[in-house]
Amino acid sequence: MTAQMETRPATTSTSVEFVGVTRVFGSTTALAGLDLAIEPGELLALLGPSGCGKTTALRLLAGFDQPTSGEILVDGRDVTRLAVNKRDMGMVFQSYSLFPTMSARDNVAFGLRLRGSAASARRARAGELLDLVGLSAHLDKFPHQLSGGQQQRVALARALAIAPRVLLLDEPLSALDALVRAQLREEIRRIQLELGVTTVFVTHDQEEALSMADRVGVMRAGRLEQCDVPSVLYQRPATAFVAEFVGTMNQVPGVIGADGRVQVGTQALSVDGPVPAAGVAVSVLARPEAVLIEPLAAVDARSPSDATVLVATFFGAVTRLRLVRADGVELLADVASHRAAELTPGTAVRVSLLDRPVLVRASVPREAEAEHH
Amino acid sequence: MVALAQTGRTGAAPPAATRRRRPQVRVGRSVTLLLAAIYFIGPLGVAFWFSIHDRLHGGVRFHEYTGVFSVPGLMDSFTLSLKLAAATIVILLVLLVPTMLLVQLRLPRFRPIMETLCLMPLVVPPVVLAAGIFAVLGSGPLTSGPLATIASDLQETSLPWILALEYVILTLPFSYRAIDAGMRSIDLATLVKAARNLGASWPTLTVRVLLPPLRTALLNAGFLAFALVLGEYTLATILQYTVFSVWIVTAGQTDGQLQTALSIMSLGVTWVLLIVIGLFAGSRKGRSRSIRRRKTA
Ligand SMILES: Nc1ncnc2c1ncn2[C@@H]1O[C@H](COP(=O)(O)OP(=O)(O)OP(=O)(O)O)[C@@H](O)[C@H]1O
Ligand SMILES: [Mg+2]
Repeated sequence: MTAQMETRPATTSTSVEFVGVTRVFGSTTALAGLDLAIEPGELLALLGPSGCGKTTALRLLAGFDQPTSGEILVDGRDVTRLAVNKRDMGMVFQSYSLFPTMSARDNVAFGLRLRGSAASARRARAGELLDLVGLSAHLDKFPHQLSGGQQQRVALARALAIAPRVLLLDEPLSALDALVRAQLREEIRRIQLELGVTTVFVTHDQEEALSMADRVGVMRAGRLEQCDVPSVLYQRPATAFVAEFVGTMNQVPGVIGADGRVQVGTQALSVDGPVPAAGVAVSVLARPEAVLIEPLAAVDARSPSDATVLVATFFGAVTRLRLVRADGVELLADVASHRAAELTPGTAVRVSLLDRPVLVRASVPREAEAEHH
Repeated sequence: MVALAQTGRTGAAPPAATRRRRPQVRVGRSVTLLLAAIYFIGPLGVAFWFSIHDRLHGGVRFHEYTGVFSVPGLMDSFTLSLKLAAATIVILLVLLVPTMLLVQLRLPRFRPIMETLCLMPLVVPPVVLAAGIFAVLGSGPLTSGPLATIASDLQETSLPWILALEYVILTLPFSYRAIDAGMRSIDLATLVKAARNLGASWPTLTVRVLLPPLRTALLNAGFLAFALVLGEYTLATILQYTVFSVWIVTAGQTDGQLQTALSIMSLGVTWVLLIVIGLFAGSRKGRSRSIRRRKTA
C-alpha cells in the first residue's frame, strides 16, 4: 500500500453541491428540488427506497442526464451543462461494465489512454491501481475470466485511474454475494480514505450506508429527508420516515402527561426534543434494543401493556422477539440470545422501555409494522 | 447457412434447461448431424465423381480442375463478383451498424420499425425486386434529365452499383440477424456509459469500445453477405451482368463436367472462407458466452 502513495497526484478534494435540483420524466418527478452539499474528501451515502431518485441524482452529477431545473456545483462551478466526458468523474456501475475485449490492465488504462498518457506510464499506473484493489495477480485477465467481485474491483480501479474529482458508486455491490459484499465494502472505504477522494455512494442497503459513510443522506420521493452522520441518523432521526427506514423502529402508543413526560403503559419517560401539549396521544419511537422484557410469573397481576411472545428469531448474539401486547400493539424486542430459552413463543412478558429520553411523534394510524431491512 | 445456425444458437435457452435435457439433446444432435451430412455430402460426392470421371476412356482425370483457369471470362467474372461482394458488405455495414447502434442506444422505440424493414426482403422474391428496378430505371425522370447520368453510372458494367444495392437489400435480413445477435449478447448501454464517463468522445468509444466486442457479429454478417453475393444468380441474369455464378452457368452450358467442377470449386472457396472466419472468431465466442452466463447467474 506504500507504492501508491508516491505516484498518486496530491489529492485536492472536490466539493459538490446540488441546488434545488429537479428532474421530471413525463408525469414522474424523480427529483423534486434536491438540496445537498457534499464536503471535500467525504464519503456520502445516498440511501432510500427504490424509486426515490438516488440513481437520477447520481446520473445528473455524472452528466448522463440534465436536470429540469436547479444546478449542480462542483467546487463552486456550475457543471450542469458540461458534457459527461468532460466532467472527470469516475463511476462504478451496478451492472458489470468492463470492456469485454480488454484485459483488466487495459480496462484500467483506458481513461489514461484517452488523456494521452504514454503507454509505459499508463501500464505502470494501471498496475499500481490493480495492486491497490488487490488484483495484482490478475493484470492480464479478461473480464470473463474474473469473478463478479473481481470485476467490480477492476471497475473501481478504472474509475480511480483518471484521478476523478468525484468518485460515483451506484450500488456497485448489489450483484455480489453477502461475504464478498462485506469485504469489498471495507476495501472501498479504505481506498477512499487513503486517496481522500470525494465519493457519492448510492445504495438501498442501510447497513452498507451506515457502515461505510461519513454522512448518510436519506432520500424520499425525490427529496432529502435528512443528511447526517450515521450515529445521529440512527439515534436521532429527524422524521418518522427516517426513523422507520434506518434500522428497525417500534412505535408504541403513549400520552403526554401534565409534567411534560410521556406515559407509556405504566412507565413515564422524558421526551427528546419539543414536547407536545399535555394530553396529546403520541407514538413513542423505540429501537428493538431499547425494549426491555421480563418473563411474568403465573401469580403476577396482568396489565394491558403486558405482552406475549409470538416469534423468536435467532440472529447469533441477539434474538429478536416479536411480541403482541394484550391491547393488540405489536413490538419487536432484541434480547441477548442466552435469555431466549426462557422466552419461547407463548411466554407472557412484561414490557418496558429503556429509561432515557425518547422521540415522540403525533399519533397517526399506522399502515404497517416498522420493519425494514 | 452454417453461420446462420451458429448465430441463432447464441440466443439459446438458459443453461439450466440445457443441462437437464442434455442426454436427449446429444442423441438428437448426432442424428440431425448425420442426416444433414448425408444430405449435403451425398450430392456433392456424386457431383465430384461426375466432374472427374472420364467418360471416354474410363478412370479419373482432373483436367476440368486444372484447365479451369484457361477458360475465358473466369477471372473477369470472379473479380466482378468479388468487387460486388466487397461493395455490398461495405454499404451494408456502413448502413446497418450506425443505425442499429443508434436505435439500440438512443431510439429504442424505433426498434420494431427497423426490424420489420430489415426482415422485409425475406418476403419479396428477387424476381419482383428486379422487375421493380426495371420499372424504376425505365421511368421518365431516370431516362432523361440530370438523374439519367446517375442512373447510367449505377449500371456501369465494370462495377454495377445497382446490383450491389440490390444485394444489400437481399442480404439485409441475414446480416441484420447476425449483428442483432451480437448486440444482444453485450450490455452496450453500460459500456457506453462507462466509456463516456472515462472521457471518451462518441467516435472514440465507437471504435475502441463498441466495435471490438461486435467483431464476431460483424464478421458473421459480412461472411453471410459474401456467400450470398457469390452465389446469387437470379438478379444478375435478369439485369444481365456476367457475375461469377452467371459465368459458371454460361461457361458450363457446353460442358456439364466443367460446370460441375466450377460449382464444386466455388463451394470450396466459400468453405475455406467459412473456416477462416471460424478460426478468426473462435477465440471471441467463448468470451461473450461466459459474460452472459455470469450475468444470468
Ligand atoms: N429515463 C427515465 N424515464 C422515465 N422515468 C424515469 C427515468 N429514470 C428514472 N425514472 C423514474 O424516476 C424515479 C426515480 O428513479 P431512480 O432510478 O432515480 O430511482 P432509485 O432511487 O435509483 O431507485 P432504485 O433503488 O430502484 O435504483 C422512478 O420513479 C423512475 O421510474
Ligand atoms: Mg437506482
